[in-house]
Amino acid sequence: MKKLLMALSMAASFAVTGAAHAEEKLKVGFIYIGPPGDFGWTYQHDQGRKEMEKALGDKVETTFLESVPEGADAERSIERLARAGNKLIFTTSFGYMDATIKVAQKFPNVKFEHATGYKTADNVAVYNSRFYEGRYVQGVIAAKMSKVGVAGYIGSFPIPEVVQGINSFMLGAQSVNPNFKVKVIWANSWFDPGKEADAAKALVDQGVDIITQHTDSTAPMQVAAERKIKAFGQASDMIKFGPETQLTSIVDNWGPYYIERAKAVIDGTWKTHNVFHGMHENLVVMAPYTNMPDDVKKLAEETQAKIASGALKPFTGPVKKQDGSEWLKAGETADDKTILSMNFYVAGVDDKLPQ
Amino acid sequence: MRIELVKRPQHSALFSALSPFIALFLTLIAGAILFSLLGKNPVSALYSYFVEPLTEIWSWHELLVKAAPLILIAVGLSVCFLSNNWNIGAEGQLIMGGIAGSILPVVFPDFQGWYVLPIMLLLGMAGGMAYATIPAFLKVRFNTNEILTSLMLVYVAQLFLDWIVRGPWRNPQGFNFPETVQFNSSAILPEIWAESGRAHWGFILAVVAALLVWFMLSRTLNGFEIKVLGRSARAGRFAGFSAGRLTFFAFLVSGALAGLAGIAEVSGAVGQLRTTITPGYGFTAIIVAFLGRLNPLGIVAAGLVLALSYLGGEAAQVSLGISEKSARIFQGIILFFVLASDTLIYYRIRFVTRHSETAAKGA
Repeated sequence: MKKLLMALSMAASFAVTGAAHAEEKLKVGFIYIGPPGDFGWTYQHDQGRKEMEKALGDKVETTFLESVPEGADAERSIERLARAGNKLIFTTSFGYMDATIKVAQKFPNVKFEHATGYKTADNVAVYNSRFYEGRYVQGVIAAKMSKVGVAGYIGSFPIPEVVQGINSFMLGAQSVNPNFKVKVIWANSWFDPGKEADAAKALVDQGVDIITQHTDSTAPMQVAAERKIKAFGQASDMIKFGPETQLTSIVDNWGPYYIERAKAVIDGTWKTHNVFHGMHENLVVMAPYTNMPDDVKKLAEETQAKIASGALKPFTGPVKKQDGSEWLKAGETADDKTILSMNFYVAGVDDKLPQ
Repeated sequence: MRIELVKRPQHSALFSALSPFIALFLTLIAGAILFSLLGKNPVSALYSYFVEPLTEIWSWHELLVKAAPLILIAVGLSVCFLSNNWNIGAEGQLIMGGIAGSILPVVFPDFQGWYVLPIMLLLGMAGGMAYATIPAFLKVRFNTNEILTSLMLVYVAQLFLDWIVRGPWRNPQGFNFPETVQFNSSAILPEIWAESGRAHWGFILAVVAALLVWFMLSRTLNGFEIKVLGRSARAGRFAGFSAGRLTFFAFLVSGALAGLAGIAEVSGAVGQLRTTITPGYGFTAIIVAFLGRLNPLGIVAAGLVLALSYLGGEAAQVSLGISEKSARIFQGIILFFVLASDTLIYYRIRFVTRHSETAAKGA
């Protein structure tokens, strides 16, 4: 009897360990365009990855490849992650789009998630963020805070995502001060602290007293701090780099999305989609409003609340294009397709859009 | 105290042959120390660097994809460097080749057939050649420093590519993103063995180019001319060789090969023209050229070794979780030991103390 019990308990313990082995961890891979230490775009994606690890604990195991160039290398890096057993792969830059699609065709059992693109497949989902909603709030603050009525804007590349931001910023500012102007300098890079700092200096020398950026390093914030003017952070909360300089920052809150999608793969409910989330879904979060008077802070909070609830859409008419032609009639709002392929400035932007 | 490199009167043939192995040995030791300090098992780190990329067929394909442009460009550069023409602008010539070669599939997408690809490759070579003519002309006509002009033209080419992809050649269906249309199938450089991976004919072109240039350098009068003028311009002039003509020749050859690398990369590996078609192949190829001792056949080996170090670095990031920065440092260590070992074949180190200096003067 004793022996039988022993045999049974042993069998049971084997069964349990066997089951534990069968329930394998979900391996999740990430491809980053920059280093996680950029304290901007890639840093936030990496924060999202860490949040996912924290939330799902033993159920996931993550790997990432950083500073992967867009082009022929991207395809190899993505394939390497797929071959290393990752069943869910996030490719976190627009330029990885075609490479993601190509690798996805070879690995039908792996789910891919591409950030900020537009091509989907059965196993490729696209996720995008309405960063421009945050830019609108920044524009409102800038127009309130600026004494000269001109803000400097450091752009990376003139792709729709960046143009959306400039226009939304402009419209937010004009809602407070119709004569507000924005000067733009293109860094032609996502991450180049030297160039970004030079651009910031050039803008300050041209007389702007507020700087905002759509590049990923903290260099512009640091230049603004040196020159004692105000600035907005980008992608992450950059308050450490300008404690008396940062007004607020658009924080890309990827964590909840990453957790949700990893869970969906584990539960077997993952489906492809093309989502465009913003403040409402808590993907666009504003860093605390700092270094501004209470009335400006209040206005910013109200604007944010209205956008989050859907009461205020940044691209609502009447809006004129830079060349004076009408874009949106009074009360008309831009549809997502127009927003996602935006390649013109609205009136008031003091720059010629590189075409 | 000062350290000087003194040229050896004769160099040892034995150590010339041994030098790559000594370098490899030293690299392994330094790498083992580096990885141990990072808290990784040195054996598995070195394994994922040098062996893992060679254990799978797809990875071999990727090796050839990565090595092809490096070899093509470096072979051309060897002609330049041997003849004392310092073309640092291969990156720009590559880009211009990529653009010129893309004219057919982007502007005339309906023009299809077997003849499209050869025309594209020729246009790519012509584009790189034309762009390389500029620094050659400036050097011959105005005695301009070709290092500066060729380098600065790289930035011009990058901005031109940026403009053309963002503006006139932008894909009308592409949501205004900076990309051209996808090339049609007759404009794609085919894969060598499509069932197992994506290595394309660019690598074959690179090997053929290496063989041709090797033949020219070692078996023809032209090659002799290059070496004579490169070592002593004065001696070359006495022999009746024209330095100006040779400058043009060297730049044209290296421009053509860089341009070919550009269109092969665009058509074979990427499939469309975009703002990022090269992660700096034109500059990395300078290292490859010297790593291969400016010998076209050595360059083929050097290109493969450098490509392996990229792939190995990536493999180590995935399998061991070392950072991309550590992977790059290790790549730097490899290059350091290889180039240092080579240098020490031809030079010896002399420590010059103040004492020995005054003694030398006194004598």
